[in-house]
Amino acid sequence: MSRKRPEPVQVVKQRRDAALRSLVHGVPYIQFLGIEFDRRGDELTAVLPFDERLIGNPFLPALHGGVTAAFLEVTAIIELSWSTIWEEMESGRLDPASLEGAPVPRLPKTIDFTVDYLRSGLPRDAYARARINRSGRRYASVHVEAWQDNRSRLFAQATGHFLMPGRDG
Amino acid sequence: MGFASAFYPPVVPVPGGGGKVGVEDRKQQMARQFIEAIPHSRALGMQLEEIGEGRAVIAMDYDPRFVGDPETGVIHGGAVSALMDTCGGAAVMSHPGVASTATLDLRIDYMRPATPGQRITARAECYNVTRSVAFVRATAHDADPDRPVATATGAFTVEREPSA
Repeated sequence: MSRKRPEPVQVVKQRRDAALRSLVHGVPYIQFLGIEFDRRGDELTAVLPFDERLIGNPFLPALHGGVTAAFLEVTAIIELSWSTIWEEMESGRLDPASLEGAPVPRLPKTIDFTVDYLRSGLPRDAYARARINRSGRRYASVHVEAWQDNRSRLFAQATGHFLMPGRDG
Repeated sequence: MGFASAFYPPVVPVPGGGGKVGVEDRKQQMARQFIEAIPHSRALGMQLEEIGEGRAVIAMDYDPRFVGDPETGVIHGGAVSALMDTCGGAAVMSHPGVASTATLDLRIDYMRPATPGQRITARAECYNVTRSVAFVRATAHDADPDRPVATATGAFTVEREPSA
Protein backbone atom coordinates (compact mmCIF):
# COMPACT_ATOMS: atom_id res chain seq x y z
CA MET A 1 0.00 0.00 0.00
CA SER A 2 1.51 3.32 -1.01
CA ARG A 3 0.98 6.24 1.34
CA LYS A 4 0.89 9.79 0.09
CA ARG A 5 3.91 11.75 1.24
CA PRO A 6 2.93 14.51 3.70
CA GLU A 7 3.25 18.05 2.39
CA PRO A 8 6.27 20.09 3.54
CA VAL A 9 5.49 21.95 6.78
CA GLN A 10 6.09 25.41 5.25
CA VAL A 11 3.51 24.76 2.56
CA VAL A 12 0.91 23.77 5.14
CA LYS A 13 1.68 26.74 7.39
CA GLN A 14 1.66 29.20 4.54
CA ARG A 15 -1.71 27.97 3.34
CA ARG A 16 -3.31 28.17 6.80
CA ASP A 17 -1.80 31.56 7.66
CA ALA A 18 -2.86 33.05 4.32
CA ALA A 19 -6.44 31.85 4.86
CA LEU A 20 -6.54 33.36 8.36
CA ARG A 21 -5.01 36.63 7.17
CA SER A 22 -7.52 37.09 4.38
CA LEU A 23 -10.35 36.50 6.86
CA VAL A 24 -9.08 38.92 9.54
CA HIS A 25 -7.61 41.68 7.40
CA GLY A 26 -10.70 42.06 5.27
CA VAL A 27 -12.83 43.45 8.11
CA PRO A 28 -12.31 47.23 8.59
CA TYR A 29 -13.48 47.31 12.24
CA ILE A 30 -10.98 44.58 13.26
CA GLN A 31 -8.25 46.76 11.72
CA PHE A 32 -9.63 49.85 13.47
CA LEU A 33 -9.27 48.16 16.88
CA GLY A 34 -5.91 46.62 15.91
CA ILE A 35 -6.92 43.02 16.75
CA GLU A 36 -4.61 40.25 15.53
CA PHE A 37 -4.94 36.45 15.71
CA ASP A 38 -2.27 34.06 16.88
CA ARG A 39 -2.65 30.52 15.43
CA ARG A 40 -1.41 27.20 16.82
CA GLY A 41 -2.78 24.45 14.59
CA ASP A 42 -6.49 25.21 14.44
CA GLU A 43 -6.50 27.02 17.83
CA LEU A 44 -6.82 30.80 17.67
CA THR A 45 -5.96 33.40 20.31
CA ALA A 46 -7.15 36.93 19.66
CA VAL A 47 -4.68 39.64 20.69
CA LEU A 48 -5.67 43.24 21.37
CA PRO A 49 -2.51 45.35 21.67
CA PHE A 50 -3.04 48.28 24.05
CA ASP A 51 -3.62 51.71 22.54
CA GLU A 52 -4.61 55.04 24.15
CA ARG A 53 -7.68 55.19 21.89
CA LEU A 54 -9.10 52.11 23.64
CA ILE A 55 -9.39 53.85 27.02
CA GLY A 56 -12.86 54.36 28.51
CA ASN A 57 -11.84 55.88 31.82
CA PRO A 58 -8.77 58.10 31.69
CA PHE A 59 -8.70 58.47 35.51
CA LEU A 60 -8.12 54.79 36.38
CA PRO A 61 -7.17 54.24 33.46
CA ALA A 62 -9.26 51.34 32.15
CA LEU A 63 -10.23 49.87 28.79
CA HIS A 64 -13.63 51.05 27.48
CA GLY A 65 -16.38 48.50 28.16
CA GLY A 66 -17.37 48.82 24.52
CA VAL A 67 -13.85 47.85 23.43
CA THR A 68 -14.03 44.75 25.63
CA ALA A 69 -17.44 43.83 24.18
CA ALA A 70 -16.22 44.39 20.62
CA PHE A 71 -13.03 42.38 21.21
CA LEU A 72 -15.05 39.41 22.51
CA GLU A 73 -17.58 39.62 19.67
CA VAL A 74 -14.84 39.80 17.02
CA THR A 75 -13.17 36.75 18.62
CA ALA A 76 -16.42 34.78 18.50
CA ILE A 77 -17.19 35.67 14.86
CA ILE A 78 -13.66 34.89 13.62
CA GLU A 79 -13.60 31.58 15.55
CA LEU A 80 -16.89 30.54 13.91
CA SER A 81 -15.75 31.53 10.40
CA TRP A 82 -12.35 29.97 10.93
CA SER A 83 -13.83 26.64 12.02
CA THR A 84 -15.84 26.52 8.77
CA ILE A 85 -12.87 27.55 6.59
CA TRP A 86 -10.56 25.10 8.36
CA GLU A 87 -12.83 22.18 7.69
CA GLU A 88 -13.25 23.08 4.03
CA MET A 89 -9.58 23.88 3.55
CA GLU A 90 -8.28 20.70 5.18
CA SER A 91 -10.72 18.50 3.27
CA GLY A 92 -9.52 20.10 0.05
CA ARG A 93 -12.93 21.51 -0.88
CA LEU A 94 -11.64 25.08 -0.51
CA ASP A 95 -8.54 26.38 -2.23
CA PRO A 96 -7.12 29.07 0.09
CA ALA A 97 -5.49 30.75 -2.91
CA SER A 98 -9.01 31.74 -3.92
CA LEU A 99 -9.33 33.67 -0.63
CA GLU A 100 -6.24 35.83 -1.16
CA GLY A 101 -7.31 39.32 -2.20
CA ALA A 102 -10.89 38.09 -2.66
CA PRO A 103 -13.84 39.40 -0.63
CA VAL A 104 -14.10 38.07 2.91
CA PRO A 105 -16.13 34.84 3.14
CA ARG A 106 -19.69 35.45 4.30
CA LEU A 107 -19.57 36.00 8.05
CA PRO A 108 -21.99 34.76 10.74
CA LYS A 109 -24.42 37.42 11.99
CA THR A 110 -24.78 38.15 15.69
CA ILE A 111 -28.26 37.45 17.08
CA ASP A 112 -27.47 38.39 20.67
CA PHE A 113 -24.37 38.91 22.77
CA THR A 114 -24.06 39.08 26.57
CA VAL A 115 -20.91 40.40 28.18
CA ASP A 116 -20.03 39.74 31.80
CA TYR A 117 -17.52 42.32 33.07
CA LEU A 118 -15.50 40.71 35.83
CA ARG A 119 -12.86 43.36 36.52
CA SER A 120 -11.40 46.52 34.99
CA GLY A 121 -9.52 46.10 31.73
CA LEU A 122 -5.99 47.33 32.47
CA PRO A 123 -4.04 49.57 30.08
CA ARG A 124 -2.10 46.67 28.55
CA ASP A 125 -2.52 43.93 25.92
CA ALA A 126 -5.56 41.65 26.18
CA TYR A 127 -6.13 38.10 24.91
CA ALA A 128 -9.25 36.09 24.16
CA ARG A 129 -10.25 32.60 23.11
CA ALA A 130 -13.64 31.41 21.92
CA ARG A 131 -15.24 27.99 22.39
CA ILE A 132 -18.02 26.88 20.07
CA ASN A 133 -20.48 25.15 22.37
CA ARG A 134 -22.95 24.28 19.66
CA SER A 135 -22.79 24.73 15.93
CA GLY A 136 -25.80 23.75 13.88
CA ARG A 137 -26.64 24.32 10.26
CA ARG A 138 -28.28 27.68 11.02
CA TYR A 139 -27.48 28.64 14.61
CA ALA A 140 -24.36 28.60 16.74
CA SER A 141 -23.70 29.29 20.42
CA VAL A 142 -20.25 30.56 21.37
CA HIS A 143 -18.56 31.33 24.69
CA VAL A 144 -15.56 33.69 24.87
CA GLU A 145 -13.06 34.34 27.66
CA ALA A 146 -10.70 37.32 27.87
CA TRP A 147 -7.72 37.86 30.13
CA GLN A 148 -4.64 40.04 30.44
CA ASP A 149 -1.72 39.06 32.65
CA ASN A 150 -3.02 35.75 34.01
CA ARG A 151 -4.90 33.20 31.97
CA SER A 152 -6.84 32.15 35.08
CA ARG A 153 -7.91 35.69 36.03
CA LEU A 154 -10.49 36.60 33.37
CA PHE A 155 -11.43 40.27 33.06
CA ALA A 156 -14.48 39.53 30.92
CA GLN A 157 -16.44 36.65 29.43
CA ALA A 158 -19.32 36.53 26.98
CA THR A 159 -21.88 34.24 25.38
CA GLY A 160 -23.47 34.90 22.02
CA HIS A 161 -25.79 33.33 19.49
CA PHE A 162 -25.08 33.61 15.79
CA LEU A 163 -26.89 33.02 12.53
CA MET A 164 -24.64 31.03 10.20
CA PRO A 165 -24.30 32.11 6.56
CA GLY A 166 -25.95 29.88 3.97
CA ARG A 167 -23.54 27.28 2.60
CA ASP A 168 -24.73 27.66 -0.98
CA GLY A 169 -24.89 31.44 -1.26
CA MET B 1 -15.55 46.55 34.47
CA GLY B 2 -17.16 48.29 31.58
CA PHE B 3 -17.90 51.97 31.30
CA ALA B 4 -16.16 52.78 34.59
CA SER B 5 -16.12 56.52 34.85
CA ALA B 6 -14.62 57.17 38.26
CA PHE B 7 -15.41 60.85 38.13
CA TYR B 8 -17.85 62.89 36.18
CA PRO B 9 -15.58 64.71 33.72
CA PRO B 10 -14.91 68.17 35.17
CA VAL B 11 -16.50 71.07 33.35
CA VAL B 12 -14.01 73.82 32.59
CA PRO B 13 -15.34 77.32 31.86
CA VAL B 14 -14.75 78.60 28.33
CA PRO B 15 -11.81 81.03 28.39
CA GLY B 16 -13.08 84.54 27.74
CA GLY B 17 -16.66 83.31 27.87
CA GLY B 18 -17.35 85.71 30.72
CA GLY B 19 -20.90 85.95 31.91
CA LYS B 20 -22.33 85.67 28.42
CA VAL B 21 -22.42 81.87 28.34
CA GLY B 22 -26.11 80.92 28.33
CA VAL B 23 -27.63 77.90 30.08
CA GLU B 24 -27.97 76.06 26.75
CA ASP B 25 -24.36 76.74 25.84
CA ARG B 26 -23.29 75.49 29.25
CA LYS B 27 -25.30 72.27 28.82
CA GLN B 28 -23.91 71.65 25.34
CA GLN B 29 -20.42 72.31 26.61
CA MET B 30 -20.90 69.79 29.45
CA ALA B 31 -22.23 67.21 27.02
CA ARG B 32 -19.31 67.69 24.67
CA GLN B 33 -16.77 67.47 27.46
CA PHE B 34 -18.39 64.32 28.81
CA ILE B 35 -17.62 62.51 25.56
CA GLU B 36 -14.27 64.18 24.96
CA ALA B 37 -13.04 62.90 28.33
CA ILE B 38 -13.53 59.30 27.10
CA PRO B 39 -10.82 58.55 24.51
CA HIS B 40 -12.57 55.58 22.88
CA SER B 41 -15.91 57.40 22.61
CA ARG B 42 -14.04 60.24 20.93
CA ALA B 43 -12.33 57.73 18.60
CA LEU B 44 -15.78 56.50 17.52
CA GLY B 45 -17.01 60.10 17.06
CA MET B 46 -19.83 59.80 19.62
CA GLN B 47 -21.98 62.87 20.19
CA LEU B 48 -23.96 63.28 23.40
CA GLU B 49 -27.32 64.77 22.44
CA GLU B 50 -29.27 64.69 25.70
CA ILE B 51 -28.54 63.77 29.28
CA GLY B 52 -30.26 64.09 32.66
CA GLU B 53 -32.45 62.38 35.27
CA GLY B 54 -31.22 58.87 34.48
CA ARG B 55 -31.55 59.14 30.71
CA ALA B 56 -29.08 59.74 27.89
CA VAL B 57 -29.10 59.98 24.09
CA ILE B 58 -25.83 59.50 22.20
CA ALA B 59 -25.30 59.36 18.43
CA MET B 60 -22.52 58.01 16.21
CA ASP B 61 -22.03 58.86 12.52
CA TYR B 62 -21.48 56.17 9.90
CA ASP B 63 -17.78 55.59 9.26
CA PRO B 64 -16.29 53.05 6.78
CA ARG B 65 -13.64 52.20 9.41
CA PHE B 66 -16.36 50.71 11.66
CA VAL B 67 -17.67 48.26 9.03
CA GLY B 68 -17.98 44.64 10.23
CA ASP B 69 -19.17 43.05 7.01
CA PRO B 70 -17.29 44.37 3.96
CA GLU B 71 -19.75 42.62 1.65
CA THR B 72 -22.70 44.73 2.86
CA GLY B 73 -21.00 47.77 4.45
CA VAL B 74 -22.93 47.18 7.69
CA ILE B 75 -21.38 48.58 10.91
CA HIS B 76 -19.84 45.96 13.25
CA GLY B 77 -21.94 44.91 16.25
CA GLY B 78 -18.96 45.78 18.45
CA ALA B 79 -19.23 49.47 17.54
CA VAL B 80 -22.94 49.36 18.41
CA SER B 81 -22.00 47.68 21.74
CA ALA B 82 -19.56 50.51 22.50
CA LEU B 83 -22.29 53.07 21.78
CA MET B 84 -24.84 51.22 23.98
CA ASP B 85 -22.35 50.81 26.83
CA THR B 86 -21.38 54.49 26.78
CA CYS B 87 -25.02 55.55 26.60
CA GLY B 88 -26.01 53.23 29.47
CA GLY B 89 -23.10 54.51 31.59
CA ALA B 90 -24.03 58.13 30.84
CA ALA B 91 -27.66 57.47 31.86
CA VAL B 92 -26.52 56.02 35.21
CA MET B 93 -24.10 58.93 35.80
CA SER B 94 -26.93 61.39 35.24
CA HIS B 95 -29.16 59.75 37.86
CA PRO B 96 -29.34 61.98 40.95
CA GLY B 97 -26.84 61.02 43.64
CA VAL B 98 -24.66 58.77 41.49
CA ALA B 99 -20.94 59.60 41.68
CA SER B 100 -19.53 56.90 39.41
CA THR B 101 -20.46 53.64 37.70
CA ALA B 102 -19.11 50.58 35.91
CA THR B 103 -20.85 48.00 33.71
CA LEU B 104 -21.54 44.65 35.42
CA ASP B 105 -23.18 43.05 32.39
CA LEU B 106 -24.70 44.08 29.11
CA ARG B 107 -26.86 42.01 26.78
CA ILE B 108 -27.45 43.24 23.25
CA ASP B 109 -30.08 41.87 20.87
CA TYR B 110 -29.47 42.67 17.22
CA MET B 111 -32.83 43.16 15.54
CA ARG B 112 -31.68 44.04 12.02
CA PRO B 113 -28.57 45.36 10.25
CA ALA B 114 -28.17 49.16 10.49
CA THR B 115 -28.53 50.78 7.06
CA PRO B 116 -25.05 51.63 5.71
CA GLY B 117 -24.40 55.37 5.55
CA GLN B 118 -26.88 56.25 8.29
CA ARG B 119 -26.12 57.69 11.72
CA ILE B 120 -26.94 55.45 14.72
CA THR B 121 -28.62 56.96 17.79
CA ALA B 122 -28.81 55.17 21.15
CA ARG B 123 -31.24 56.02 23.97
CA ALA B 124 -30.75 54.62 27.46
CA GLU B 125 -32.76 54.92 30.65
CA CYS B 126 -32.34 53.62 34.18
CA TYR B 127 -35.61 51.80 34.83
CA ASN B 128 -34.68 50.89 38.38
CA VAL B 129 -31.93 52.13 40.67
CA THR B 130 -31.15 50.60 44.07
CA ARG B 131 -28.47 51.71 46.54
CA SER B 132 -25.78 49.82 44.66
CA VAL B 133 -27.14 48.73 41.26
CA ALA B 134 -28.73 50.49 38.29
CA PHE B 135 -30.83 48.48 35.81
CA VAL B 136 -30.67 50.00 32.35
CA ARG B 137 -32.61 49.56 29.11
CA ALA B 138 -31.40 50.94 25.79
CA THR B 139 -32.38 50.95 22.13
CA ALA B 140 -30.46 51.99 19.02
CA HIS B 141 -31.92 53.09 15.71
CA ASP B 142 -30.74 54.51 12.39
CA ALA B 143 -32.69 57.02 10.28
CA ASP B 144 -35.88 54.99 10.88
CA PRO B 145 -36.76 55.55 14.56
CA ASP B 146 -39.65 53.07 14.44
CA ARG B 147 -37.54 50.01 13.70
CA PRO B 148 -34.68 49.64 16.23
CA VAL B 149 -31.45 48.06 15.00
CA ALA B 150 -30.62 46.81 18.49
CA THR B 151 -31.92 46.74 22.05
CA ALA B 152 -29.91 46.23 25.22
CA THR B 153 -30.36 45.59 28.92
CA GLY B 154 -27.64 45.93 31.47
CA ALA B 155 -26.76 46.11 35.14
CA PHE B 156 -24.36 48.85 36.25
CA THR B 157 -22.66 49.42 39.60
CA VAL B 158 -23.67 52.53 41.57
CA GLU B 159 -21.14 54.47 43.62
CA ARG B 160 -23.04 57.07 45.63
CA GLU B 161 -21.95 60.61 46.36
CA PRO B 162 -21.13 60.94 50.05
CA SER B 163 -24.30 62.21 51.73
CA ALA B 164 -24.02 65.66 53.27
